Amino acid sequence: MSVQPGMFGDFQDRLRTNRLAMAGAVVVLVLVAVALLAPLVAPDDPNRIDVDAILLPPGPDHLFGTDELGRDVLSRMIYGARVSLEVGIVSAGIATLVGVLLGALAGYYGGWVEALIMRFVDIMLCFPTFFLILAVIAMLEPNILNIMAVIGLTSWMGVARLVRAEFLSLKERDYVTAARSLGAGDLRIIFRHILPNAMAPVLVAATLGVAGAILTESGLSFLGLGVQPPLASWGNILSQGKANIEIAWWLSLFPGLAILVTVLAYNLLGEGIRDALDPRLR
Amino acid sequence: MLKYLAKRLAMMVPLLIGITFISFVVMHLAPGSPVDLATTLNPKVSEIAMERLTKIYGLDKPVYEQYWNWLQRLAVLDFGRSFAPDGRPVLDKIAERLPITITINLLSLMLVLVVAVPIGVYSATHQGSVFDQATTVFVFVGFATPTFWLALLCMTLFGVHLGWLPISGIKSLDHAQMSWLGQLGDYARHLFLPVVVSAIGGLAGMSRYMRANMLEAVRQDYITTARAKGLSEVAVIYRHAMRNAMMPVITILGLSLPALIGGSVIFESIFAINGVGKLFYDAVMARDYPLVMGGLVLGAVLTLVGNLLADVSYGLADPRVRAS
Repeated sequence: MSVQPGMFGDFQDRLRTNRLAMAGAVVVLVLVAVALLAPLVAPDDPNRIDVDAILLPPGPDHLFGTDELGRDVLSRMIYGARVSLEVGIVSAGIATLVGVLLGALAGYYGGWVEALIMRFVDIMLCFPTFFLILAVIAMLEPNILNIMAVIGLTSWMGVARLVRAEFLSLKERDYVTAARSLGAGDLRIIFRHILPNAMAPVLVAATLGVAGAILTESGLSFLGLGVQPPLASWGNILSQGKANIEIAWWLSLFPGLAILVTVLAYNLLGEGIRDALDPRLR
Repeated sequence: MLKYLAKRLAMMVPLLIGITFISFVVMHLAPGSPVDLATTLNPKVSEIAMERLTKIYGLDKPVYEQYWNWLQRLAVLDFGRSFAPDGRPVLDKIAERLPITITINLLSLMLVLVVAVPIGVYSATHQGSVFDQATTVFVFVGFATPTFWLALLCMTLFGVHLGWLPISGIKSLDHAQMSWLGQLGDYARHLFLPVVVSAIGGLAGMSRYMRANMLEAVRQDYITTARAKGLSEVAVIYRHAMRNAMMPVITILGLSLPALIGGSVIFESIFAINGVGKLFYDAVMARDYPLVMGGLVLGAVLTLVGNLLADVSYGLADPRVRAS
């Protein structure tokens, strides 16, 4: 990164003093740890069916109760954290990659390249996103790879716009002219000189993007078009909750709470990074 | 203004073509076809019958020809016929479901405005107060809450445990026997949860937005002028600042038009309300290509029109924009 160490240290200090952002960061870290260590922290096998323990309310044996097959809800939620984080991070990664590439090309080259890319952005922005994702997933097959790809490929437009705007102003800077007069090629200027300076807003968008993707995946799973059982995800436990709404409130309460806390944590972290990067807010 | 309008309308044409192209590509990503779906479950269907079905649906023609034919029909607002057994025109199926979806969305939009605008104004004029901090927390939590989960919790609490409200549909079984007033009350009881739940997300966004606009507005010079000439604080805030802070809300209203389709998919299937959202969800599940394409195209066109309406009405409301 061509950011000066002083500036970056400053950023870290400002982020550290933001208590809400730090709380978000801690929650995110804990979740990642839980997801990675799922086999060690889960009290039970998430897929073990127990016909003697069907739909038990929360108690000492099963902290969050059991589902209609007698499986331990807490264990399923811990394994579900893997799905949510995986989908969130990979989808946001795809969206960021596509958005950065197209935004950089549009901003740097201008002309018909820019016109073409930005009209494509406009077109994609017109679609009712959730319905588009739903339709594509149903046409393909609802497995985790398709879900990550489709969410990623339908949510890059914001990043593309951000990056293009940054490039439009950055490409006029003196250091770009200097690099060019030293004989640097377009690719080198784009990726080594301009892009590192345009990454700040992208980082914010990517963090908020993880939250958005987790929400979208849970909605898909809830409608039966997300991660398919027996693989556990927070969304598909919630759809069991709906099926058993008259008798098992715990199936509805806990997974939703997990989604809420996770999304909140990513949003707080994202907002915190934005505030810490914005010198005007000091 | 007219020249501007013409230019905007002309710019919509390539976007429309792009929209139809993407919708069409999406529908043809699918490895299976509706013919498979209609026949694999039924082993008695013969090869000949399958071929006949394929011909009826036009699926035997090359893809580009199918697209061209579909586009030609689209130009005269013919969205084709549904693949469902009833085989009715797509436009009719959508049109008959629209009233209930629009009603719910309008009610929830009104709720959002009535609640969010005062919240935003009050938070901005009492920046840093307990109320302001509480609403900030509410906004963050509101943004992070999955709508369908909130719906589920409300159904469990008010529908199942307290038994106050019905949890699905829009009217009771004995609706027809009720008096005129009873019927209205019955609708209200059924629509209460869907309207409130679908308003929560908008509430968080709109109050945040209104707060930011107000903070911006009260810093302007004309507010200082208004105060300096001795106007009361109420007049300054509500007549001078708020009117200007409301302006960008027009844009938001225009942009919320497409949510009619996207947002309705989830909560209409939860509350078992037969609006367009449920219609499209069922269409997706049944691989009803024409209906899904109709939904995508209609949703996207709605967004285009929403953007245009927002810009135009913004222009009409703001004298500075109107002049240029």
